[in-house]
Amino acid sequence: MREIEYRDALNEAFDEELARDENVVLMGEEVAQYNGAYKVTRGLWDKWGDKRVMDMPISEAGFIGMGVGASMLGVRPVMELMFWSFHSVAFDQLVNNAANVRYMSGGLCSCPIVMRGPANGGTNVGATHSHTPEGLFAAFPGLKVVSPATAADAKGLMKTAIRDNDPVYVMENTLLYGVKGPVPDPADGDFTIPLGVADIKREGTDVSLIAHGRSVLHALEAAEQLQAEHGISAEVVDLRSIRPLDQDAIIQSVKKTNRAVLVDESKPFCGVSAQITTLIQEYAFDYLDAPIKRVCSLDAPAIYSPAVEPAQLPSADKVIKAVLSIS
Amino acid sequence: MATTTDYSQVPINQQLSADDKIDLYRLLARIRRFEQATQKPYSQGKMGGFLHLYIGQESVAVGTVSLCGPHDHVITAYRCHAHALACGMGMNECMAELFGKATGCSKGKGGSMHFFAPDKNFWGGHGIVGGQTPLGLGLAFGEKYKGNKGACICYMGDGAINQGAFHESLNIAELHDIPVVYVIENNGYSMGTSQKRSSAFKDTLAKRAEAYDMAWDTVNGEDLYEVRAKTQEALDRAHNESKPTVLEIFTYRYYGHSVADANHKKYRTPEEIADYKNNHDPVVLWKNQLISEGLLTDEGAKAIDKEAKQEAAASVKFAEESPNPTVESIFEDVYWEVDNQTEAGTTGRHFFND
Repeated sequence: MREIEYRDALNEAFDEELARDENVVLMGEEVAQYNGAYKVTRGLWDKWGDKRVMDMPISEAGFIGMGVGASMLGVRPVMELMFWSFHSVAFDQLVNNAANVRYMSGGLCSCPIVMRGPANGGTNVGATHSHTPEGLFAAFPGLKVVSPATAADAKGLMKTAIRDNDPVYVMENTLLYGVKGPVPDPADGDFTIPLGVADIKREGTDVSLIAHGRSVLHALEAAEQLQAEHGISAEVVDLRSIRPLDQDAIIQSVKKTNRAVLVDESKPFCGVSAQITTLIQEYAFDYLDAPIKRVCSLDAPAIYSPAVEPAQLPSADKVIKAVLSIS
Repeated sequence: MATTTDYSQVPINQQLSADDKIDLYRLLARIRRFEQATQKPYSQGKMGGFLHLYIGQESVAVGTVSLCGPHDHVITAYRCHAHALACGMGMNECMAELFGKATGCSKGKGGSMHFFAPDKNFWGGHGIVGGQTPLGLGLAFGEKYKGNKGACICYMGDGAINQGAFHESLNIAELHDIPVVYVIENNGYSMGTSQKRSSAFKDTLAKRAEAYDMAWDTVNGEDLYEVRAKTQEALDRAHNESKPTVLEIFTYRYYGHSVADANHKKYRTPEEIADYKNNHDPVVLWKNQLISEGLLTDEGAKAIDKEAKQEAAASVKFAEESPNPTVESIFEDVYWEVDNQTEAGTTGRHFFND
C-alpha cells in the first residue's frame, strides 16, 4: 500500500469531502492563502477557491461561533483551530453553543460541524500551546471527540467526522503530521473509519496497553521491547475515538490479558485514562490480576525546556516500567 | 432630520394594508398578554429558573420581524418570548416550555431563555450574553453560502455590546460581507447597570460599528413605523449588497431584568417608569396611531386585547394540563445520530451512566 504523511492523509480527506458535498467548507486562520500553518490544507484554496476554503482573522470566538451558526442551517463547516490550545478563547461557542443547542432546542437544531487542529505537547511551546483537551471536551454530552494516531486513521476518521450530523472534535498532533503510514489509494474506493470503533494495533496476551493519539506509538514501541527483552506479549488497543467510546474492545482486551496499562498524554486528574480506568474496574474487575496503571503527562503545566519536556510526556520507557511493575 | 421624518410615508409602511396594521396591533397585544400571563404562575412556583419579560419593548420584535422573508432568520438572547411569537410560534408551546412540560417548544429542555422554531426561521433563545452574536453571523453566512438572498437579524441587549464575541462578530461580518443585522435593544439597563456605568464610549452604542467600517443607525423604538423603516434599510443593505448593519433601537422594559430582580425600583426612579408607561408605551401608541388613521376603534382594540388575554389564559391552562417530560427523555436530543438510530448512533458508547 502507498505510504503518505498524516497531514496529506487529512488533506486528502478534505479534498474528497469538498468534492463529495458542496456544503463542506473549510475555515480557519491561515488555512487558505497561507496553505495552513502546518500545511494540512496545502493546495486546497488553489483548487477550491474562496468560497470553499476561507481564511479567518485571529478571532476564534467569532469564527467558531459563525461555523456553529452556519451548521445549524445545514452548512458543514470544518473549522481549524491552529492549536486546540486556543479552545479557551472560543469556549462559549465550543461548549455552550455547539454541544448544547440541539438539547436546548429539544432536538430541533443540530450542528454537523467539525472542529479540528493539533492537540499535543512535545514541541517546546510552553504551557499555553500544549494542551490536550480531548478529555475535557469528551466530558460534554453532545460532543464527539476523536484522536487519530496514524495517517490512515486520520483520513478515515476525518471523512466520517465530516459526514456525521453531530459536532465532532478531531484532535490531531503536530508531531504526527510528518509521519508516513499506509493509506488506501482513493482509486480503491471511499475509505472511512466509523467513530466509536477502537483498533487493535497489536495483538497480545499478557497486558493491554490502551492509548489514543501519539501515545499509541509509544505503546507500540514499548510492546516490541517488552516482547524482545522481557518475553511479555502486550496488546495495543488504539481507542481512536474517545466519545463515542468502544468500551467492548477495551473490556474484551482486559478480559483476555488480565492487566491494563493506560497511556494517555493528558494530565492524570480526570483525564481520558481516568474514565477508562473506572470502566475497567466496573466491567472487568474480576478479570484483573493487578492494579490498573496509568502513564500520563506529569501533572504540572507543560514545561518549555527542550531538554526536560520529553520527560514530562509519556514514553515507551515509562510504559515498559509500568508494565514491569505489575508483571 | 430624523425628528421631522414621517416614517409612515416610507414605501415599506405605505405597503401595509389596514389588515396588516391591525395584525401588528394584534401581535403587540398578544405578546403583552402572554408576558403578563406568565407572572402569576411564576410567582406561584409553577415555573423554574429565570423569567425575563419583554413588556415595554414589544414594538421592537414586532416591527423588525414583520419584515422578514423566507430566507431571513431571527436569533436573540434570553429575553426571547416576543421574538418567538413574532416569528409565528404559538402561545401553547411557548407557555408549556416555561412550565417545563413535554409539550413545550423545546420539550421542556430549554426553558424561558431557550425557545426555538427553526421551521419558522427562529433559532433561539440564547442564555449567555453576547453568545448568540457569532451564531447570527453564521446563520447569515449560511444563507449567503447557499446562494440565497437572505439575512439574519441578531438581537441583543445593550448589556451585550461589551462582550468580545460581539466585536469579533462585527469585524468578521464586515470583512466577509455577511448579511447580518445586529439589533441592539437598548432598554437602558444591563441588568442593574446603566449605560453610563458600563460603556466607556459615551456616544450611542451603535456608533461603535464605525470602528469596523460598518453601517449603523439609531431608532426610536416606540414608533413602529420608524422601526420598520430603518430595519428595512438594513435588510435592503443585507439583501442587495450583502453588507451588515448595527441598529440600536431605544426602548424600555417595565419590569426588572428578570421577574426575580427585586432591585429594579432602586436603580431607576418610579417617575421614570411611570413616564414610559404613560407616554411611550408602544402598544398604546400603535393603538392610538391606528385609531387616528381611522383603522381601529377603541372597542375594536379592546376586542383584540380581550382575545389575546383569553389566548394567553388558555395557554396557561394548556401548559398546566400538559405532561412533564419523562426521565428517559433526558437522553434524547443529545446526539442527532443517536436520536435517529443510525449506524453511527449505535456504534460505541455515547452515554456513561450505568
